[in-house]
Amino acid sequence: MVNNRKQNIPLLRDDRFWRIALQVLVIVIVVSLFALLGGNLTQNLRQTGRNFGFDFLNTSAGFNILDSLIPYNPTDPYSRVLLAGLLNSLRVMFFGIILTTLLGIAVGIARFSHNWLLRQLSFIYVEIVRNTPLLLQLVFWYGVFVQLPPVKESLRVLNSIFLSKQGIFMPWPSGIQGIIGLGVLVICAIAAFIVDKKRTRVIVEQGESGQSQFIILAIIGVIALLTLTVGLNWQSPIFNPTTNNIEGGLRLTIEFTTLLVGLVVYTAAYIAEIVRAGIQSVPKGQWEAARSLGLKSSLVMQLVVFPQALRVIIPPLNSQYLNLAKNSSLAIAVAYADVYNVANTTFNQTGRAIEVMLIIMGTYLSINLLISLGMNQLNRTVKLREQ
Amino acid sequence: MTSAPSTLSNQPPEIIGLTAKEWLQKNLFNSWYNTLLTLGISALLLFMLKRLISWAFTVAKWDVIPANLPLFFVGRFPIDQYWRLWVILGMIAILSGMTWGFLARNSRTLFDKKAVISLGCVGILAFITPIPIVFRFLLVGILLLFVAEAWGAKIVGNYQPLIGKWLPFSWFLLLIICVWLIGGGLGLKVVQTNLWGGLMLTLLMSIISILLSFPIGLILALARQSSLPIIRILSTIYIEIIRGLPLITILFMGQVLLPLFLPDQVRPDRVLRAIIGLTMFSAAYLAENIRGGLQAIPRGQTEAAKALGLNTPLTIGLIILPQALKISIPAIVGQFISLFQDTTLLAIVGLVELLGISRSILANPKFLGRYLEVYLFIGILYWIFCYGMSVASRKLEKQLNTEHK
Repeated sequence: MVNNRKQNIPLLRDDRFWRIALQVLVIVIVVSLFALLGGNLTQNLRQTGRNFGFDFLNTSAGFNILDSLIPYNPTDPYSRVLLAGLLNSLRVMFFGIILTTLLGIAVGIARFSHNWLLRQLSFIYVEIVRNTPLLLQLVFWYGVFVQLPPVKESLRVLNSIFLSKQGIFMPWPSGIQGIIGLGVLVICAIAAFIVDKKRTRVIVEQGESGQSQFIILAIIGVIALLTLTVGLNWQSPIFNPTTNNIEGGLRLTIEFTTLLVGLVVYTAAYIAEIVRAGIQSVPKGQWEAARSLGLKSSLVMQLVVFPQALRVIIPPLNSQYLNLAKNSSLAIAVAYADVYNVANTTFNQTGRAIEVMLIIMGTYLSINLLISLGMNQLNRTVKLREQ
Repeated sequence: MTSAPSTLSNQPPEIIGLTAKEWLQKNLFNSWYNTLLTLGISALLLFMLKRLISWAFTVAKWDVIPANLPLFFVGRFPIDQYWRLWVILGMIAILSGMTWGFLARNSRTLFDKKAVISLGCVGILAFITPIPIVFRFLLVGILLLFVAEAWGAKIVGNYQPLIGKWLPFSWFLLLIICVWLIGGGLGLKVVQTNLWGGLMLTLLMSIISILLSFPIGLILALARQSSLPIIRILSTIYIEIIRGLPLITILFMGQVLLPLFLPDQVRPDRVLRAIIGLTMFSAAYLAENIRGGLQAIPRGQTEAAKALGLNTPLTIGLIILPQALKISIPAIVGQFISLFQDTTLLAIVGLVELLGISRSILANPKFLGRYLEVYLFIGILYWIFCYGMSVASRKLEKQLNTEHK
């Protein structure tokens, strides 16, 4: 009896009661909010006489897009044009992430250069890019690129790269031989990576000179160089005066180039800051210890500092990749047909706001999930393994 | 006699200055590849500079900037109502002068060298701006008002440190007065939101959005850290979905989907819908920033508060949040800077903020093709604001960092 009375805490002062009550309250609020919004939605849809459904995807789209990786013509259904847009988005994201990583790491490491001019240049670049809006930079680049001369008087670099209003033309491997050549290059790169790893291990662990591996590396290098020069069957763009057009090679549209350049330049400034912070996070003792072991300054960076910096770099790098992927939706400002742009046109033509929004949400959320998964995998490989 | 060595040891070690030649040798020409690099970069820079200068003085037609100056700053605001904006500018100058003076009340000089230089630059700029001479004097007058108020507040602040408590409140009051002065009503002529534009709209929207998103972000962050599963899950879902989507899709939702979810009678106007979109977006990011601050507080703090008999709301309000917010202030300022930049996206959904009004100026047949001039100009405007804010945030961070001194 006495025990019972002691446990009898007043309801309002019982923590357990509040925990449950609060959650119930939140659920009630959220559910009623959704009910209210949903009710409004059905009423609004009924008034405009539309019902929810994805049937419109099978009707003919009727608009053309400039860039497409798959054959597409305006009579194709909406699903096809959305797919083409998705592929265009993925193309920008893929090349954007690769190029921005390279540029970002280069700029970040340049902050530690012995050269004052290079350090200042990298600093100024980062401060300018990070303090102006991305969209402004994109429209600025677009303004630069549309002022290129027409095809006839296009700017030429070494007579093989043409810069013009109609696009950027550059040499590109062609035919079966080109594909085989690319395959050979990939194999060379993988082999070189494995051999180089082995060489480092042999040098570090067994104290050998690593000469035999070096010879193998040199042979791989020669093969790669040969493939690169003659094996790829390079096809240069050539100006044809009769049709007033440039033929052959790879053509990048102005829209694609603008978006790619804008995203790469913008994101690289953020990546440079991440790389700088990562390198600064490695204790000074590590530099000194590595130097006192007799490592060259390039090897200090490569073997000691950078692997440790990677642990700090990779998590924020992931969010920069996600940002780049999301920011690629600004393609609409430079008229590049990415998935958001195409979906927007689809909405304007069909008025299917909810369905189009669901498609866009699904697309971006799954792309983000994929990038995050990949980066988590990478993070696991560089994480500190404690014994 | 014994005092001589002690005065000596109090002096900092002498810094051995490098002569210009030594400096050059150390920083630019210390090895053959660095020499090569220096020469290469210099050549490239000189070439670009030459191109830029020749473009700026021969090709570029800068008349598009002065001809549209009011558009850039205040959009299509009715000219006969400009006095309201001047009043706002004056009030902002007074209040920021007071804040400056109050913050500097304990330092030796009111303005350090950098501040004097920037004030001088602003003064000169104000005087050479191509606007009627009366307005130039008005601008300089407002600047002098700022300096005078700063000076006054420094003196008063030493006697009456309590006025510091009123400053945040006055800023908040000022914001409400600003919205009233811009929008009109209550005795003033109403100015429709479609006439708001330019830098004014950019600033207004970013400030209102960040203020609105702060309490929402705070609640979301606390909810995500909560031990109540349903609240935690709901908050996590919201944050992750918003963070997984591009801002442009959320603005699109705000402009197109929001009216579909509201009853017939309620039709918020464009600017309000944009603010709702921006707030929804930045609340999720702010929540993550604040969560970072919350996670940095050691568990001992909660346990100590519990041991003192504080309940959960009091523990959070009195112990955890003050510390967590202090840690996350730099991240919150960073979020504000990126929100300020992100307002440009509203140009895509048809608002005439700074970038939007520039695009509509460029669509004017008289100024066709002047992309670079216009974009460079507003780029400099954006840069000044963002750089200023990031400098201020670094200063704030240094002031708040009271722990390791």
